[in-house]
Amino acid sequence: MDATQAAPRDMTKRHHIVTRIWHWLNAVVATILLMSGLMIFNAHPQLYWGAFGSREDYAWLQIDDTRTTGFVRVGSAGVETTGVLGLSLDSTGDVRRVAFPGWATIPSYYSLAAARRWHLAFAWLFAFGLTVFMLGSLLNGHIYKDLHVRRSEWSLGAIWKDIQNHARLRFDHMHGTYNLLQKLSYIGVIFVVLPTMILTGITMSPAMNAAWPWLLDLFGGRQSARSLHFIAATLMTLFVVVHLIMVLLSGPIKGVRAMVTGRHITASGPDQVGERP
Amino acid sequence: MTDGRKFLRRRDVLRGATLGSGALILSGCDALNENATFRSALRRVDGLNQATHRALMDRAALAPEFALSDISPVFKTNGSVTATSAEYLGHLQSNFADWRLRVDGMVANPLVLGLDALRAMPARTQITRHDCVEGWSAIAQWQGTPLRLLLQQARVSNRAKYIVFHCADNYGALPYYESIDLVDAYHPQTILAWGMNGESLPVKYGAPIRLRVERQLGYKQAKYIMRIEATDDLSKFYGGKGGYWEDVGDYEWYAGI
Repeated sequence: MDATQAAPRDMTKRHHIVTRIWHWLNAVVATILLMSGLMIFNAHPQLYWGAFGSREDYAWLQIDDTRTTGFVRVGSAGVETTGVLGLSLDSTGDVRRVAFPGWATIPSYYSLAAARRWHLAFAWLFAFGLTVFMLGSLLNGHIYKDLHVRRSEWSLGAIWKDIQNHARLRFDHMHGTYNLLQKLSYIGVIFVVLPTMILTGITMSPAMNAAWPWLLDLFGGRQSARSLHFIAATLMTLFVVVHLIMVLLSGPIKGVRAMVTGRHITASGPDQVGERP
Repeated sequence: MTDGRKFLRRRDVLRGATLGSGALILSGCDALNENATFRSALRRVDGLNQATHRALMDRAALAPEFALSDISPVFKTNGSVTATSAEYLGHLQSNFADWRLRVDGMVANPLVLGLDALRAMPARTQITRHDCVEGWSAIAQWQGTPLRLLLQQARVSNRAKYIVFHCADNYGALPYYESIDLVDAYHPQTILAWGMNGESLPVKYGAPIRLRVERQLGYKQAKYIMRIEATDDLSKFYGGKGGYWEDVGDYEWYAGI
């Protein structure tokens, strides 16, 4: 017997099992990758464009310290970030001259070897998880039914209305279909940002450069790939922040329950906001 | 330092309040990081990475090579910038005239070669990228003797699995050394470089010879090589993990990522 048939009428199937498993797996794996990645960045807190780049060359991004202050420099623009980036205090109150502070990294203390071990192990789960999710979502119709932007949705009026609704904190997130902004951000993350993370990561491997040299051409050299890896990680983090804000604003208990059980109660309730599609 | 601490303390109080839960997760990760079972599970992935790389490419697949115009204006130095033993300094003074490279261990025909004899052998010139485990890269032209020519001449035993490079430099208190497997040892781009950017290899980059094993990271590129030894067991050398940074810094022996 189909589970959806057994459910009461006011319960609709919201998230496929593939989506739910991947979502929670990824929540853990991506967090570990981000935090161990920040530790790896601390080993050389500069980014470059092109094939090479070291302390001898111009870096477009630098997160560093002047011994008494921390700063972030992007191009020729610098901003002081003492206490958070470049120079901060550890849990015992000692000054640490590292790009990202201990509370943001795995491990919390400086260990490039340990961070690499975490990062390179969990990267496998990340890559396999995304691949299985993509294939599963193709087969179970998630991509076609939920993410595919239909021709009728591509209108400036609809996009403008979506922006207005979001600005008024009116979301129709929970009513069975995604709105256009939501679809575009999911598509962007699933099909652009996350694959870019994986491919730029592989591009930094000198052995993989021998196996798949086309990756270097695709991203413009190893140091460009390292920069893009960092930028994609930033975009992924921004997505998660916005995602969490949206979940909080549109009914966190309902949202989390739907992502755990796969079902969502559609009966009108006090927390139902926004228009029905 | 104390001024910095006073300045930071106010911010720290504010931050501490908001990050209590984060700290809990972090201390969990640190605890996991210290857990022997978890560490060995993560460590096993290193073998998976090497096996995957070897499965994905031909054993002779070449690392990318670059044009003269791609060479880094300044090639960053790292690790030791000279060896300090009396023996090495003596060789340096006589411009390595009496320096001899030994090739021994599990070989049928041990070799003792001077720098001129090495330079007289067929050489390979390659412009390649050097990638430090920290994340930076520099490009240089290297000229040297393919390692495989020496190994063929020395007739490495069928039972040998690794080639160990003994170096003249100490890094900290311990002697530097490295090792690679035979796939990398016989790779066409694996050379004992005695030339860099058209000159004799400078001291700070490893004179008289250094290893170039182009599909791995910087810490594998041993400098100041004095002796090359074929073996079937890395555990009997120094700290037992096959290299200085593997022993001291806990880095992975396979450095293809």
